[in-house]
Parts: sequence; structure tokens; C-alpha cells
Amino acid sequence: MDLDQITVALRSFWTVWLMLLMTGILVYAMWPGNRSKFDDAARIPLKDDGQEF
Amino acid sequence: MASATLTPGAALGSQRVSEDVRYYEDVIRLFTIAAVFWGVVGFLAGTFIALQLAFPALNLGLEWTSFGRLRPVHTSAVIFAFGGNVLFATSLYVVQRTCRQFLFGGEGLAKFIFWNYQIFIVLAALSYVLGYTQGKEYAEPEWILDLYLTVIWVLYAVSYIGTVMTRKESHIYVANWFFMAFILTVAILHLGNNVNWPVSLFGMKSYTFVSGVQSAMVQWWYGHNAVGFFLTAGFLGIMYYFVPKRAERPVYSYRLSIVHFWTLIFLYIWAGPHHLHYTALPDWAQTLGMTFSVMLWMPSWGGMINGIMTLSGAWDKLRTDPVLRFLVTSVAFYGMSTFEGPLMSVKPVNALSHYTDWTVGHVHSGALGWVAFVSFGAIYYLVPVLWKRAQLYSMRLVSYHFWTATIGIVLYITAMWVSGIMQGLMWRAYDNLGFLQYSFVETVAAMHPFYVIRALGGVLFVVGSLIMVYNLWRTAKGDVRIEKPYVTAPHKAAVGAA
Repeated sequence: MDLDQITVALRSFWTVWLMLLMTGILVYAMWPGNRSKFDDAARIPLKDDGQEF
Repeated sequence: MASATLTPGAALGSQRVSEDVRYYEDVIRLFTIAAVFWGVVGFLAGTFIALQLAFPALNLGLEWTSFGRLRPVHTSAVIFAFGGNVLFATSLYVVQRTCRQFLFGGEGLAKFIFWNYQIFIVLAALSYVLGYTQGKEYAEPEWILDLYLTVIWVLYAVSYIGTVMTRKESHIYVANWFFMAFILTVAILHLGNNVNWPVSLFGMKSYTFVSGVQSAMVQWWYGHNAVGFFLTAGFLGIMYYFVPKRAERPVYSYRLSIVHFWTLIFLYIWAGPHHLHYTALPDWAQTLGMTFSVMLWMPSWGGMINGIMTLSGAWDKLRTDPVLRFLVTSVAFYGMSTFEGPLMSVKPVNALSHYTDWTVGHVHSGALGWVAFVSFGAIYYLVPVLWKRAQLYSMRLVSYHFWTATIGIVLYITAMWVSGIMQGLMWRAYDNLGFLQYSFVETVAAMHPFYVIRALGGVLFVVGSLIMVYNLWRTAKGDVRIEKPYVTAPHKAAVGAA
């Protein structure tokens, strides 16, 4: 099996790879350990942005 | 940054970390002024061509003022001149604030981008009026102007992404993700859809590299993603910064915003073929486009919920803050038009709706209700901040603008729903001998009253925008109108009394 054949074989499962990537993103977004990090990130626009007037 | 404040034993010559970061605001003011100016121009152009459709004598018998040439002037003015300048202003404002960093490339690069983009707009509009066009919807500028825009856009990407890369905030806030997706995808779309052969080196005319149905597919891959990434992703960047900022609350769910971002950009790019139902495009491609369009319901509504629920616990602000009302209503319109869009992409519905005024109404519920309203909200927020004023000249005038424009939109989209569905039904009506029941011109005549109502809606939208211009002008001058204030929530009242 040369590289071309492997590429073709892998490519035919592209929906599976995209689904796995999407699942990975969902797991990352919902991971309980990331919660506090995201809560901090959500406050970025509300931090003092140096407007003095 | 808090850790950097206490560095007593720091050696001389070590870099002093300061709390205050400078932001470059001159160019944001310029982009804001340009956005308001082109907005009024674009709305006026739209109202004029709406009147042309109702009263064809307004074509004036001149080739330069005919509907066919003025329509791209209107669409380009509102999308690229108004929307584009709004996106430049807000994105370059947001990226500095959320990255806590001065604009990458400095003042020179930013001013270069600004002036060249304005020159591009003027040249494009002139070329349409003079009859030069690629004949591709939303991609009308000829090859030489395409090359010019490419240079401007690449420099914009450098300025924006450079700021993100040199950021002082460790996390890249979600609004920046949407803005970056917008900048990168629009660059790819623009290059992909404008592969043209010029007929001569010094002439304007060119022909597309691909032809036939492939050309149509490339065009609608471009066209739909111009909607998806220019008019949606970019303006979602505005939503994710300005709604939380104005409501003084963090976004409802940051996790949802991550899922919203990735699902939206995964799905949108495939939806283009729904513009080519029942054409020479292979059936599987049409079905693919329809399927992805229907799937887009999920990210669209996820994003809408995220925007609107940011106000949960502070709904009273809708009553007391017309600027926030603009922002939240825009998200509601976003929900409505992204419900309608997938519906219209379903083949049997499309068989009725395609080529009718329903499509025009759908586009305008998105363009006026979502894009323009979220832009007005952002502009009303930005102008007092940029001109260092404590408040807008008048909140009551914001409210008048809101209601005038809202009534205008409602007139517009209801007229187009009735007109479009009537048009579709008339086109497909058969008599009992199997002949088409109506000639084409009869369907045109039947649409006349709705064209008049639509133009009236446009007039109201223009009037609203002129109220905004006056309000912003007085705000910039530093005036404050004596008027009955909105009764604000207790914590606000306490600040006001001090």
C-alpha cells in the first residue's frame, strides 16, 4: 500500500474525521476543568478598558 | 497584569510594565464617520431604485441612472461601504480593547487602509454607473479593482492578526475569532470568485476562468459565504463585544460561543448550492446545499440565544436603553431571518420562492434588521466613547430612530412576503386547459402596490438614519439635549444623582 492509496482510503472517511474533530471541539468547550477559564474569558470585554472621561 | 504592578526590586533598565495601554482611535473615528456617510448614501440609493421599480419613469431615460446600473451601486454601498466601514471600525476597536494592545502596523498602516478602501468604494461605484461589471452578484467590480481590493484586504489582515499575535491578554476573546474568520474567509472568497482573464492589459473587461455551471457554483459559493462570513460572522463579532459591553454583563455562555463559532464556520461554507436549485447543477450538490442550510438552524439559533440571553436578569434595560434595544432587536431579526433562510433553501419551498420578491424580503430582513441594527447599536455606543463624551446627545432621538426604522423594516418585509408569494403562485398557476394562467407582465402589474409599500418602508429607514446623523453630529459637538430622561435601574440612578 503506497502513500496515494492510504490518502485515498483516509479521504473516503472524511465525514468521520470531521465528526471526530467536531466532537473534540465540543468536549473541549464542555470540559468541566475549562469552566473557570471560560468564565474569565467571558469577562474580557468588561474589564476596565482605560476610558477616563 | 495585576502581577506586574508590584515589582519593587526590579533592576534599572528592565522593562516597565504599565497598566495603561494606548489604543489607536483616530482611524476608528474615520471609519465610523465613513460608515454613517455611506450608510445614508446606500439607503438613499436603495430607496431610489425601489421607487424606480414602482415608477419606471424614474429611470430618467439615461443609461447611467437605469435600475440595472444603480442596483449594484445600492448593494455595494450598503454591504461593502456601510457594512465594510462598520466592520473596519468595530473590528479594529474590539481587537485593541480585547487584546489590550495598540494596533499592529501603527497609524500609517491604518490610515493607508482607510483612505484606499474609500477610494476603492468610489471607483467601484463609478465603474458600475459607467457600465463596467463582471455581472456577478456582490462581485461586480472588474479585475483591476479586484486586485486593488486584494492589496487593501491583505494589509487589513496583517493589521488585525498582527494585533492578535502581539496581544497582552492571554486568551483570544471570541469576538476576535469571528472577526478573523470573516477576514480570512472573505479573502479566500474574493480570490476564488474573481479568477478572471482580462481581455486586454489596459481595458476593464474580463471573462471568468471557469464557465457555465461551474462558474455559477463558484459565484454562489462566494455569494452565500459573503452573507455567511461578511454579513454574519463579522457582525457576530460585533454582537459578542457590544451586547455584553452595553448590557454590562458577560455573554450568557462562553462555551456556547465556542460551539457557535465552530459549527457556524463548519456548516456555512457548504450552503451555497441552495441558490442553484432546479438548475444545471447536479442534484446531489443541490441536496448538499439544502442539507447544510437546514443544519445551519442549530448554530444560528444557538448564537441568537447566546446574544439575547446575555440580558437575562437585566431585561429592564430594554425599556430604558434604546441603544441596547437596537442591539437586542438586531439579534432577534438575526434569529428570524436565519429561520427563514433554511426554510427557503428546502427545494419545494424554493420552487415557490426563488426568483420572487420573497428572496428580496428575506435579504432585507437580514440586512436591515440584523446587519444595520447591530451596526446602529455599535455606532451609538462608539461615538460618545470615541469623541470622549459622557453620553449621547439624545436617547429619545435614538428611540425615534429605532421605531421609524423598525416600522420601515416591517413594511418592507411584509410587502415582499405578500408580493413574492403572490408572484410565485401566479407564475405556477395553470388554467383548466393546461396553459399558464398569467402572462409575465400581469404578475409585474400585480406587484405594483407592494412596490410602493416597500419604497415607503425604505423612506422610513432613510428618515431614521438621518435622525441618527443629527444625533451623532450633536454628540460629537458635545451637546446634550434637554429631554425627559429614561427612568433607569436603581444602580444607574445612584450614579446619576452623585
